[in-house]
Amino acid sequence: MSVEEPYIILNNVSFSYGNNLVLENLSFSVRKGEYLGIIGPNGGGKTTLTNIILGLLHPTTGTVTLFGKDRHDFKEKYRIGYVPQRVAQTDKDFPITVLEVVRTGRIARIGFLKRFSKKDKEIVDRALELAGIAKYRDTLIGDLSGGERQRVFIARALASEPDILILDEPTVGVDIAAQKTFYEFLTSLNRDHHLTILFISHDIDVISHEAKTVLCLNRNMVCHGAPEDSLNEEVLRKLYGDHVKNISHNDHNHA
Amino acid sequence: MLDIFQYDFMVRAFEAGVAIGIVAPIIGMFLVVRRYSLLADTLAHVSFAGVAIGIFLSINPILSAIVLSVVAAFGIESLRNSGRIFGESVLALFLSGSLAVAVIILSLAKGFNANLFSYLFGSISTVSLSDLWVTLGLAVVVFLGVIIFYKELFFASFDPELAEASGLPVKRLNIMIVVLAAIAIALSIRIVGVLLIGALMVIPVVSAMQYGKGFRTTLMLSVFFSLLSVILGLFASYYFNLASGGAIVVIALIFFIASLLIVKK
Repeated sequence: MSVEEPYIILNNVSFSYGNNLVLENLSFSVRKGEYLGIIGPNGGGKTTLTNIILGLLHPTTGTVTLFGKDRHDFKEKYRIGYVPQRVAQTDKDFPITVLEVVRTGRIARIGFLKRFSKKDKEIVDRALELAGIAKYRDTLIGDLSGGERQRVFIARALASEPDILILDEPTVGVDIAAQKTFYEFLTSLNRDHHLTILFISHDIDVISHEAKTVLCLNRNMVCHGAPEDSLNEEVLRKLYGDHVKNISHNDHNHA
Repeated sequence: MLDIFQYDFMVRAFEAGVAIGIVAPIIGMFLVVRRYSLLADTLAHVSFAGVAIGIFLSINPILSAIVLSVVAAFGIESLRNSGRIFGESVLALFLSGSLAVAVIILSLAKGFNANLFSYLFGSISTVSLSDLWVTLGLAVVVFLGVIIFYKELFFASFDPELAEASGLPVKRLNIMIVVLAAIAIALSIRIVGVLLIGALMVIPVVSAMQYGKGFRTTLMLSVFFSLLSVILGLFASYYFNLASGGAIVVIALIFFIASLLIVKK
């Protein structure tokens, strides 16, 4: 794979549940170093899109290319670090420590019939440090707050040493103060650790402030580009209907 | 040496009991955390139908129990995956259905006798040498199966979606757990009995979970509670002439109540 080749390429991807068309002719790509925010209304196909990229759903038509390989031939799924939507609702009664959760990030990379090596343990430790949860390593996941648990799942994704991080509504159930630190953390991962980020949210405010590129999704692609160029009134109407006031922030001045 | 170990049948009961005491809670742990405890009872009833077939055909009932419960395990998983029936209803279907089959076969075989009672509630005096070898051999298979695939089985139990997204064959791992459960349960019915094996798989695990530890520690604690229950239960069964399954499960219950009282939440 050449250096320039995008990590993810979707070409004319459509998906329907029965007769219900959820995604229609979607084409876009994600390149190394991008911080792409995907927004759209509930039911607009965001989670379906995530599941297609993760290989949990298969597109009805169209092709998905991951790291230069057709999705059927792509085996190194651990290169995509996934932080799921339901972090806040994770089974709190499951007897599992923070360390045990984060270690699951390495399992697919290590492979069957092999044990955790010293190197694996170091990578897990580093992920715990990076996410700022090293002090909770022996705490049960159910005893943490929503924001802390969120970081555990990020650390889990980081432990697989991903090339791209996909986050699906990651701040649901996380309090406002913790959300702010969380977004700063994501930005630093993208800026300082050159991690490619794909961030999915219904919160237009957040996406327009945090992401470098934005993709608006309401069954088909409504916009794609820099947030300041893309999020105009016309686009918002297509996403959320006429009753939405202009809530895009024309005055934002993020880096 | 205690006089209890002068009897070969008691030595065999202890050997088989220890094997079951280790394997049952290990499988039970994976079922409990998946909210799938009822599978143990379902497979136990299927095993009972297997025992009935064994009695009817005059073959070793443990072998026929193992074969039938493994077949049922595949059936349960594929029906669940088909999405045509609720997972819970699939279990109810197999549980009552296999009991019905067992009753019919037993009445054809005129097999309602004391021997049957021992399969229902467990008996220590009936573990034959061939039972012992089958039990030990397959207990080792189940144990090694879990040890070898521990990290994958653990991940698939904790978060199947994440496990699948990272490339693990979650469906196959699920089938593996269910098949291992089927084997472990069929093995255990000699000592613990059809009606009580579910308890030995679940009670030590929920006792261990009271202590608020991680997965691995909880797993080891549950094996500890289970082994202690089996050993003390077998002693009680011998000295007070009790059905072994009942004695083992009552002791496991005592550990559970003690755990509830010791650990205040």
